[in-house]
Amino acid sequence: MKTPLRAIITFIGPPIILLFIFMLIPIFVSLFISFTDFDVYAMYDWSNVSFIGFENYINLMKDPLFWRALLNTLYALVVAMPLTVIFSLSFAALINREGTYLKNFFKVSFYLPSITNTVAIAIVWAWMLNPDYGLINWFLSLFGIRGPNWLGDPAWAMPSVIMLVVWKAVGYNIILFTAGLQNIPDYLYEAAELDGATRFQQFLYVTIPSLRPTIFFVTVMTVIGYLQLFEEPYMLTAGGPLNSTLSIVLYLYRQGFRFFKLGYASSIAFVLFLMIFALTFIQMRARRNEV
Amino acid sequence: MRKRKISPIEQIVVHAVLFIWLLISVIPFIWMVSTSFKGPGEIFVFPPKWIPRAPTFQNYIDLFQEVNFGRPFLNSVIVSLSTTFLSVLIATMAGYGFAKFNFKNKNVLFLVILGTIMVPGQITMIPVFLLLTQFNLLNTYWGLILPAIANAFNIFFMRQFISGIPDELIEAAKMDGAHEGWIFFRVILPLAKPAMAAITIFTFTGSWNNFLWPLIIATDESMYTLPVAISVLGGQYTENIAMQMAGSVIVILPLIIVFLFTQKYFIKGITFTGLKG
Repeated sequence: MKTPLRAIITFIGPPIILLFIFMLIPIFVSLFISFTDFDVYAMYDWSNVSFIGFENYINLMKDPLFWRALLNTLYALVVAMPLTVIFSLSFAALINREGTYLKNFFKVSFYLPSITNTVAIAIVWAWMLNPDYGLINWFLSLFGIRGPNWLGDPAWAMPSVIMLVVWKAVGYNIILFTAGLQNIPDYLYEAAELDGATRFQQFLYVTIPSLRPTIFFVTVMTVIGYLQLFEEPYMLTAGGPLNSTLSIVLYLYRQGFRFFKLGYASSIAFVLFLMIFALTFIQMRARRNEV
Repeated sequence: MRKRKISPIEQIVVHAVLFIWLLISVIPFIWMVSTSFKGPGEIFVFPPKWIPRAPTFQNYIDLFQEVNFGRPFLNSVIVSLSTTFLSVLIATMAGYGFAKFNFKNKNVLFLVILGTIMVPGQITMIPVFLLLTQFNLLNTYWGLILPAIANAFNIFFMRQFISGIPDELIEAAKMDGAHEGWIFFRVILPLAKPAMAAITIFTFTGSWNNFLWPLIIATDESMYTLPVAISVLGGQYTENIAMQMAGSVIVILPLIIVFLFTQKYFIKGITFTGLKG
């Protein structure tokens, strides 16, 4: 039976209209703006905008700061992604194993960093990372280690950002991994045990292969999330020192909403979009070939 | 069930490892709360003190009297609650439509909606910013709320859940002459409550934590939301660490309270996303 048109419009119309206005049409508008020289003068009078073809993209490729931001973001991604997956998978396995007490207590406590507001907790981390009075350097001093000037040293600033990022991400992924672990049927382990597999072998040859879908999902989501790194460097270091923590989105924000070079910022947004799309696509292909 | 002997050494090592990560997870919160109650002389000391000698509420009082933190708090409450209410309502209605209605190109339309989950916010940010500028919606509640209402993930979540409600219930109501609106309120809503609860919590925390969008849209001090206000506080009162920590407590505490009371829904909702992935 066909549903009356009026009901369709009432129930499905509002989100469709909103998604078109705020999501779908803007993608094309954004592409269009990236081919213009939209800047602060155009903000006051749109007739100042002119079409400049690929000039923004060409300038972007010649912009050392953009390359710096790109490399910084990839640095964060390449270090933080495996750490996140390894930590969350290991803790999930430890929580899920038989004989572990207080499973739910651990799961809930580990999730607290994930629920927390990044901006607010970043201020707390900045205080903990204070070189003279911070908790972390005090802890290191107990072992006779002189901690670095975390946020003030170009070599240590990005590791500090990564620490916060991973700290925040682990709890969420633990929940995904525990759910995945609980779906692995017991008989697989029993069969492996009969074949004389040690527990470590069971983890390698039963747990990891059975968890592939979850590992895939977690990897794709963390890659997408880390490519959009913004709040942590914005709060901890504002991109410094010496641009060592300048991320792609932070650079986009600066160009777009500090200098109002919206055309240029749009071309950054599009490059980011293509990167996210390409990486997700590659991961999906890799997974398909595997199966 | 498999049963095996677990050596006590293994038990101790496993629980010790979990305990260490527990400390790493919660110490920043403890440190935040402890610092927020410290007086001026107790902050810059080495080694750090865990418990303030003379705990004081002064930092919280200053926060609301000197920096006027009440306004951003109110703004955050208004924006988060309105966004959540409208988003959940719209998602539930559309979820019902996509699950149970019968019309041409339904699945195509649904796929288009699903596709928007993939679109990163940065790509739509600039055009939407210009659109809101044109309609004078910068520094307004609507500017903060409108773009966040239609949430493809919520629609997807509700559609999956409502698909599980048996068609017979709807057919029976139709036999009695009920139209879609009646069915929605009397049949679907009562049954969809658990799923609605899950997306309510997700949307609320997402909206409460949203930073980049209000940073762009709410540039006037009177329209700051809490995350923007606290980011400004971090920049302006660099010496007043205790006040910064008090501000962080104000932002984080509501989230932790909501989470502790609703963790069941949280865990179910997250698990659901993972299994679909």
